[in-house]
Amino acid sequence: MIDTLLSALAALMTFQHLAYMLLGVSVGLVIGVIPGLGGIAGLSLLVPFLYGMDPISALGMLIGLVAVIPTSDTFASVLMGIPGSSASQATVLDGFPLAKQGQAARALSAAFISSLFGGIVGAVILTGFVLIARPLILMFGSAELFMLALFGLSMVAVLAGRSLPKGLAAAAIGLLIGSIGAAPATGEFRMIFGTEYLYDGIPLVIIGLGLFAIPEISDLLRKNSSIAEGNALGSGWLLGLRDWWANLFLSIRCSGFGCLIGAIPGLGGSVVDWIAYGHAVQTTKDNPHFGKGDIRGVIAPESANNAMQGGALLPTMLFGIPGSGSMAVFLGGMVLIGIEPGPSMVGADLNITYSIIWSLALANIMGAGICMMLAQPISNLTRIPFHYLAPCMIALICFAAFQATRDLSDLVALMGIGLVGILMKRFGWPRPALLIGFVLAPQAETFFYQALQFNGWGFLIRPGVLIIGAMTLLSVYFGLKNRIDDVGAEGEVVVTSHSSRNIQIVFALAAMVFFGMALWDAAGQSTLGGVFPLGVGVVGAVFGAILLVHLWRGHSDHPAFYDYEIVGDHVGNEGNGWFWTGPAWIGGLVVATALVGFYIAMIGFFIAFLRVRAKASWLRTIVITASAAAFILGLAYMLSLNFPSGWLQDAYDLPWPIR
Amino acid sequence: MTGLLKTTRRGALGLALGAAAAVSFAVPAAAEVSFEGKTIEWIIPFSAGGGSDTWARFNAPLLGKYLPGNPTVVVVNEPGGGSTKGSNLFAARAKPDGLTILGTSGSTQFPYLLGDPRVRYEYADWKIVMAAPTGGVVYTSPSTGVTKTDEIAKLVGQKLIYASQGATSLDLVPLLGFKMMGLDVQHVFGFKGRGDGRLAFERGETNIDYQTSSAYIKNVQPLVDAGTAVPLFSWGVLDDDGNLVRDPTFPDLPDFGEAYKTMTGNAPTGAEYDAYFAFFTAGFPAQKMVFLPKDTSQEIVDAYQAAVTAMKADPDYQANKEAVLGTYEQVTGKAADALFKKGTVISPELRKQVVDMLAADYGVKLGDD
Repeated sequence: MIDTLLSALAALMTFQHLAYMLLGVSVGLVIGVIPGLGGIAGLSLLVPFLYGMDPISALGMLIGLVAVIPTSDTFASVLMGIPGSSASQATVLDGFPLAKQGQAARALSAAFISSLFGGIVGAVILTGFVLIARPLILMFGSAELFMLALFGLSMVAVLAGRSLPKGLAAAAIGLLIGSIGAAPATGEFRMIFGTEYLYDGIPLVIIGLGLFAIPEISDLLRKNSSIAEGNALGSGWLLGLRDWWANLFLSIRCSGFGCLIGAIPGLGGSVVDWIAYGHAVQTTKDNPHFGKGDIRGVIAPESANNAMQGGALLPTMLFGIPGSGSMAVFLGGMVLIGIEPGPSMVGADLNITYSIIWSLALANIMGAGICMMLAQPISNLTRIPFHYLAPCMIALICFAAFQATRDLSDLVALMGIGLVGILMKRFGWPRPALLIGFVLAPQAETFFYQALQFNGWGFLIRPGVLIIGAMTLLSVYFGLKNRIDDVGAEGEVVVTSHSSRNIQIVFALAAMVFFGMALWDAAGQSTLGGVFPLGVGVVGAVFGAILLVHLWRGHSDHPAFYDYEIVGDHVGNEGNGWFWTGPAWIGGLVVATALVGFYIAMIGFFIAFLRVRAKASWLRTIVITASAAAFILGLAYMLSLNFPSGWLQDAYDLPWPIR
Repeated sequence: MTGLLKTTRRGALGLALGAAAAVSFAVPAAAEVSFEGKTIEWIIPFSAGGGSDTWARFNAPLLGKYLPGNPTVVVVNEPGGGSTKGSNLFAARAKPDGLTILGTSGSTQFPYLLGDPRVRYEYADWKIVMAAPTGGVVYTSPSTGVTKTDEIAKLVGQKLIYASQGATSLDLVPLLGFKMMGLDVQHVFGFKGRGDGRLAFERGETNIDYQTSSAYIKNVQPLVDAGTAVPLFSWGVLDDDGNLVRDPTFPDLPDFGEAYKTMTGNAPTGAEYDAYFAFFTAGFPAQKMVFLPKDTSQEIVDAYQAAVTAMKADPDYQANKEAVLGTYEQVTGKAADALFKKGTVISPELRKQVVDMLAADYGVKLGDD
């Protein structure tokens, strides 16, 4: 085994291999920086070049790309509050507040060193684990996977915010949105309301962008400042490294989690960052200020998501089961270079496996190194006046959103979820709770149904189920003890939130209407297809009702009351624009897209925004618009994709890109 | 095919003449059609990374190399609606200029055959370029008492469990097949792919499963060697006359028809078999197909078919085809036409029979319209 390990290492350290890996890393970094473009897009770019390459170099290139995407996607999460990919959603929670406080460089360097470390820990764990992984992975049956989904859901406890009923109702909304589309047991379609788009459910990227990016942008659009308020960027770079060193053990623990959760096929990588984040909150005793810029909230998910990529390689290589979307493309790439995954990867082809694992570590070092060098200069983005950055961010978000199905409906869905996100932020409904519910809904339902089919109710007493069950209870306990929320200040402010009680009640009633719709829809389904939304709908309605009672009867400083428009830190400042400014602009872009297609709409949007909102000169407007248009066009050309079309394209036959 | 390989001298002469004739016919046609400087969009109605995507990305550069004028062939993923969205788009928008082609899969054929309300495409309109068959092997766990392939009859009356991707997915073929054989199979739905299902088999959660040929060879053969899986039969392939025969990849395994005969004493016939056969053809021998849109001229179709024939001799194709296609040959021309017909046509009675059975036994609703 040592022989294999050493010969694999020697094969890696050739110039040719390193050069190809660097190529993969560079592409991965660029792709990762752009929100919404993850491993899938990057691998699709590289796959055409795979022919005729020797397998080790080709693998190095592919691995280089996959490994560093969770490193560079941090830029968007921290600097702009846009989740760079599903692996960096939790990073937004504390990373973006840090950037707003002018500490972007600190957050970034802590994130990159955590990513690097996570990647290496992942590789070290894999080196030993790969040999015994097969039987271990096979121990996770549907019953255990269901319990793992519950464990993930237990993170709702820690992220539920000040009002528990609100948090649980939000999680229930997430679970219901996650159950839209085909029921796993029967294939019948739920809550589609005759809309073809909803047959497949709402894509995760739309939920992530709608809940986190749109509300932040909409907030920023109301002010005329830059993202970083006041403070100079300073020498946060070294501080970030020191922060990481001070939380070394947190980083180790989260890397371990990340690697193991990634290795279990079926759970999916999207929840890893939240579990790591929740873990950080649960175990932090001294002076936590999570949600307002706690560096530990950056270190934990960033350690976990890079390690997760390593873990996700295991089921891909050993069983040919991709653990994530990018792993699916990676698997396709492996097939194209003639490597077929299977048991031989720990037998005759062990050297390939080791070269993959160590390529992963190397790529992480390269990627994090490059990112660290870029952290300081790129952080300066946060000092650009926001009204110049805003159209670029909005265009990027829309570009990211329509990667989901390449359709106008993606933008409409983004707008809808974005409105929900804006209102949730305003009224203190915890958005992470909704997201976790959404991510885990299909897993929880599918695995529960399968476990019942395979084992009957007896699945509840399987040892693995009991162990994970106990972990879940502990997690809930610590979660409730260390509850945090992402919505800002507390203390005397709650008193004033009482004054907008009526509108808060209206929003809670809207949630109740949604539960009612879900229940009504579930009642029309077969037993197997309807039982999950029915159960969740009832739970949601119960907590919604409790919340309503709190809002109706609660004394004026009851924690259920919250209105960012009354207690937010922006209140009382000069120059706060209209609350609906952001949604209006974004909505305008969506409507224009419906009329003339995305590309023309985007150009028009840039010109309108820069002239009307930013009051830029014509020269500046044209320069910014032209560069943005060229950039998006270049991306679309490389990825060979068509923009969403509108009425104009239906009526007339136009050439690409305005087709 | 094997007959052709054992060529006599006279046969070789005939082949050479035939090839020369083909070339001389191809030249004028190719002179009329040229895609020089053009980009051809190959629409794949699935997301990147799946089987269809890998298949298209393998073929795309080769096709470009042999099409007249050496156009660039790019793969455009248009996923959604279980592949109906991209296919609808192709049906509605593609112009008959040979610059847009569509790659379909069993998952595109099945909703069409079942009459899914989301389907707004009509196979009969399209011109076939090529078809890529696939095959698969059904195997069981020795815990059923079956230790040898020919003991398949022992499965009758046993409670079998199968990990399925859904009643209207490609797993409809095993569903119909098992039912015909009189096996009592509990289909547990919600699996993400055949690999996922194999994992459930390895965990002991299911006791009957199938894998496509290459996955079977790589992942199940070791289990067979270790005595933890027993192969039962291959789905079989179609010969040039459209008859079910043994899969040449697994010459020692009976095909579905033979296994059926072992179990029941008769060869499979009747309406139930016709229904099975239609979905089997759409799911295996004609699983992946490439189409040109409605009203495409015969010259363009010919140019494409000639390119497919030429590309199959390319050393790159030869070197990599096994990893992507398994042991099956992509076909064009008449052979592809035959598969196309068999895999996309179903009588209304048979359709109704299958849809009614799915609704009654599995509560399947094909969406509200």
